[in-house]
Amino acid sequence: MASLILMPALSPTMTEGTLARWVKKAGDAVSAGDVIAEIETDKATMEVEAVDEGVIGKTLVDEGAQNIAVNTPIAVLLAEGEDASAADNVTRSADPAAGASVAIETPADPGIVEAPEVAQAENDRDWGETSEITVRQALRDAMAAELRRDEDVFLIGEEVAQYQGAYKVSQGLLDEFGEKRVIDTPITEHGFTGMAVGAALTGLKPIVEFMTMNFSLQAVDHIINSAAKTLYMSGGQMGCPIVFRGPNGAAARVGAQHSQCFASWFAHIPGLKVVAPWSAADAKGLLRAAIRDPNPVIVLENEILYGQKFPCPVDEDFILPIGRAKIEREGTDVTLVAFSIMVGVALEAAAILAEEGISAEVINLRSIRPLDTETIVRSVKKTNRIVSVEEGWPVAGIGAEICTVAVEQAFDWLDAPPARVCGLDLPMPYAANLEKLALPKPEWVVDAVRKQLRD
Amino acid sequence: MDETPSASGRSNGPALSPETMKRAYRDMLLVRRFEEKAGQLYGMGLIGGFCHLYIGQEAVVVGIGLNMKQGDKSITSYRDHGQMLVAGMTPRGVMAELTGRAGGYSRGKGGSMHMFSREKEFYGGHGIVGAQVALGTGLAFANKYRGTDEVSIVYFGEGASAQGQVYESFNLAALHKLPCIYVIENNRYGMGTSIERASASKDLSRNGEPWGIASRKVDGMDIFAVHEAAQEAMEYCRAGKGPFLLEMETYRYRGHSMSDPAKYRQRAEVEEMRRTRDPIETLKAEMLRCGIEESVFKDIETDVKAIVADATEFAQTSPEPELSELWTDILVEA
Repeated sequence: MASLILMPALSPTMTEGTLARWVKKAGDAVSAGDVIAEIETDKATMEVEAVDEGVIGKTLVDEGAQNIAVNTPIAVLLAEGEDASAADNVTRSADPAAGASVAIETPADPGIVEAPEVAQAENDRDWGETSEITVRQALRDAMAAELRRDEDVFLIGEEVAQYQGAYKVSQGLLDEFGEKRVIDTPITEHGFTGMAVGAALTGLKPIVEFMTMNFSLQAVDHIINSAAKTLYMSGGQMGCPIVFRGPNGAAARVGAQHSQCFASWFAHIPGLKVVAPWSAADAKGLLRAAIRDPNPVIVLENEILYGQKFPCPVDEDFILPIGRAKIEREGTDVTLVAFSIMVGVALEAAAILAEEGISAEVINLRSIRPLDTETIVRSVKKTNRIVSVEEGWPVAGIGAEICTVAVEQAFDWLDAPPARVCGLDLPMPYAANLEKLALPKPEWVVDAVRKQLRD
Repeated sequence: MDETPSASGRSNGPALSPETMKRAYRDMLLVRRFEEKAGQLYGMGLIGGFCHLYIGQEAVVVGIGLNMKQGDKSITSYRDHGQMLVAGMTPRGVMAELTGRAGGYSRGKGGSMHMFSREKEFYGGHGIVGAQVALGTGLAFANKYRGTDEVSIVYFGEGASAQGQVYESFNLAALHKLPCIYVIENNRYGMGTSIERASASKDLSRNGEPWGIASRKVDGMDIFAVHEAAQEAMEYCRAGKGPFLLEMETYRYRGHSMSDPAKYRQRAEVEEMRRTRDPIETLKAEMLRCGIEESVFKDIETDVKAIVADATEFAQTSPEPELSELWTDILVEA
């Protein structure tokens, strides 16, 4: 049956073009792939190729004709054995493009990502007896427990096995689990992270240790484009159960390239979860949850906290839900929201404020994405003031997100503009005196609160 | 002895049975006709965004496909329609993904460059040049971790072959002796930049040498040569000897993507390849020489046309995704 050859679109934006030249004329036989015409767009001259075999019955557009809209018939193609008169009878059976347009109806935007419905009871559950352990021990115990529990879990990274961990977080794991499951890598984050993500796409559950999160930048394409987006791009077929963990933020005197907080970077990405433990209990409970989570989870640890001791539940089943904050100290006058090492700074600030008769509530976020906005908003409605505390830079930081949540969801309860305490907006200096100036201290938080109460 | 390995040709390869040749012919023709139709639908505005066609390179994916068995995994770049069809994904599902419809493999949420099938062990469809090489190495890692004899086939272009992560992957695969076949589809042009202008390494088949990776340079326009090389690589990998590198010398007839006018090469070069090296015509000539009758080709052509027509119909009538799909598949619900 005779068919129409239509003016093709040859780029995502082309709507019309010029028929520059007919390469084939009426009566010419063509087969699939033959160039039949050249068309010009505003960008380039392109060739139109035949898709079916047949004979050109007639051309419908003259050479040189301009502004031919995409999908305009430009020629009639006769099937084998068909008479040229068939060319006169062919009509467009249907507009092939008709199906391409639909009424746009935007579904309800669920807005910013909030914590899933996790029973508050699970978060606040009393796990009973505790013992004092370091954050380092808590992280190792979490990995050991999950490695024991699930054969598909393995640890991979630089110096995680024979060296026992650059910061000794994986101490003893090689001995217990062997080199199949505790795997040293060359210093090639891009390659080994991509390899781990590929393994996770098949259902294995890698824990990727970055010696510091700074090095994750070498691998950031795989974290974002490969790990976070594949579930969506595959229509839900291919999840990526993987953990990326390592020390984040400033340590001490290691300079600009090794002192940076990545909370805001990773929290920006749909498809990722981001947690930032402060205490040993946070570290153990959140890392276990991260390893069991069927999604890619970033665990932002802190080198300075590794050696600090906290009480941690001894219960073998201890685990924390991702997406729930913890109120570390209750108060009535101002809400301090912090994560990771800044929880300690906020608690110190609260102690100073208490001496002045100011009652500060301290929220330990534990999870950056999803963010427990419910706990933040409930607290702000009680205290009517909010100060975020983070080590990272101010511009587009986590503090900006937290303050926006307060303004959007508790505006009428606020008695003062939300305030941010952040690391200074500069690369980290090396000199001891300068470095000290660059990172938030309890006094900065106290000053921010005093200003809120004064204004 | 000549240090430069020459491409292996048909004369080196074992004969294929008539049935295998028919299968290969049918698969190559399906890829070709499918791609021609995709190009046409793109021209009609039914396929959006970027669309990279596989036309000209069919012998590579089909020749390797002849040697794959259940459980073998494959992964490639954004020029991925051929790999998907050979992995056993349905022309309907692939074409409907190209048109962004609910019947597509990703329910319309991935498009031409991002398509996957858990069932067929096809891991994409990746829009970031070179990313699939590290990911594919991970697929091989998983094979070894699980103790299977399955192989991962990792396709990438000669353009990606200059990427750093490719060599990080070679190193890891060689260190761990991973069952991974790296297939460089050298079609001579990384978008508009010829291999001569992009790679100081002039013989890509030797790019794995520092890591001791076994390799072959193959005439990628000749299904017999591809089949024979793939067979060798598969046996090597399945035996646990480590990765294998195949450089396929091939050619794409179309531009880099649909919107590429391909002004960086002479038309005569394209025509010469089509006339003298076309993989489908080359196979057909061999089949005729073996006494296979002309009617066989007609029947295959008719079948393939019907399959592509059916896929095209499906891709246009399958509804667009439900609007609620916007917010699904962002995270797996624990």
